[in-house]
Amino acid sequence: MSHAHDHPHDDGHRHPFQPDLEDAPFAYHQVLAQAVGDVLVAKGVFTAEDLRRQIEAIDAAEPARGARLVARAWIDGGFRERLLRDVNAAAAELGVDAGGIPIRAVANEPGVHNLIVCTLCSCYPRLLIGLPPDWYKSRAYRSRAIREPRAVLAEFGTAIPDDIEVRVHDSTADLRYMVLPLRPEGTEGWDETRLAGLVTRDSMIGVALPRVPAAA
Amino acid sequence: MRRHHDMGGIEAGPIERGEHDYEPWEKRVDAIMRLLTHPSRRVMTVDELRRGIEALGPGAYDAMSYYERWIASVTEILIEKGVITVDELGRTMSAVEARWRQERAS
Repeated sequence: MSHAHDHPHDDGHRHPFQPDLEDAPFAYHQVLAQAVGDVLVAKGVFTAEDLRRQIEAIDAAEPARGARLVARAWIDGGFRERLLRDVNAAAAELGVDAGGIPIRAVANEPGVHNLIVCTLCSCYPRLLIGLPPDWYKSRAYRSRAIREPRAVLAEFGTAIPDDIEVRVHDSTADLRYMVLPLRPEGTEGWDETRLAGLVTRDSMIGVALPRVPAAA
Repeated sequence: MRRHHDMGGIEAGPIERGEHDYEPWEKRVDAIMRLLTHPSRRVMTVDELRRGIEALGPGAYDAMSYYERWIASVTEILIEKGVITVDELGRTMSAVEARWRQERAS
């Protein structure tokens, strides 16, 4: 990455010493994060194994989980109804743990496009679509998404025609949202796995639409 | 009156769409929070995390990174609730630093 120079490397030339990450000064909050975890483990609030597993779960929670729910909803009307009624219960049907905080799916329709935001902080269905992108937590997104959603969508390259209503949903600590996008045209007869490949994280936030079949 | 974190609807510039990979310590903070709020433990709630973040004040709020705010808030709430003490935490922080220093030297 930092190899933007053009000399050959077989000439015995040595690069200047580059400090490793571990050589940086101990940052206060990193020490704090380590210590808080250590104290909680020492006191038996949770085990070191619990912590390790949880970090693994964070690494594993890719948008693929949410994409599976969307693809199933596209091919199974009954599942779609159950998903719209209770995302957490519908996810459990597929063996997916969506967490203890209620999540509501908001469905795009031919005349309606949905967008999610958390103006106060960063609430987000993390177990279904992974940790939120930096921009979701940013001042600009949190401020503007509810004031000028069409302009925000345009910045993401998503043009929503004026005759389509844009609905913005502001998440809270007690209720999170995910967007159920519209099934792209030209996917008749596709199976669930293939359909899931069209569903992106951003399409479940609402800043983008699912991939179009030709590009999949 | 609107507080510092309550920014919905105010004017702001373009959205910086860059993304970074989460660092191990950031995932650790996230994992700690998930374990503490898990229904089987309920040591603290997401509302409490937010209250702690909102109590940081505008200066600290803007100076800290996202997970710095989280761990600062989690620490405050845990101390407030008596789950951990300032003394335990201070001793453990010293031990962590000493351990890291030793690992670096070896």
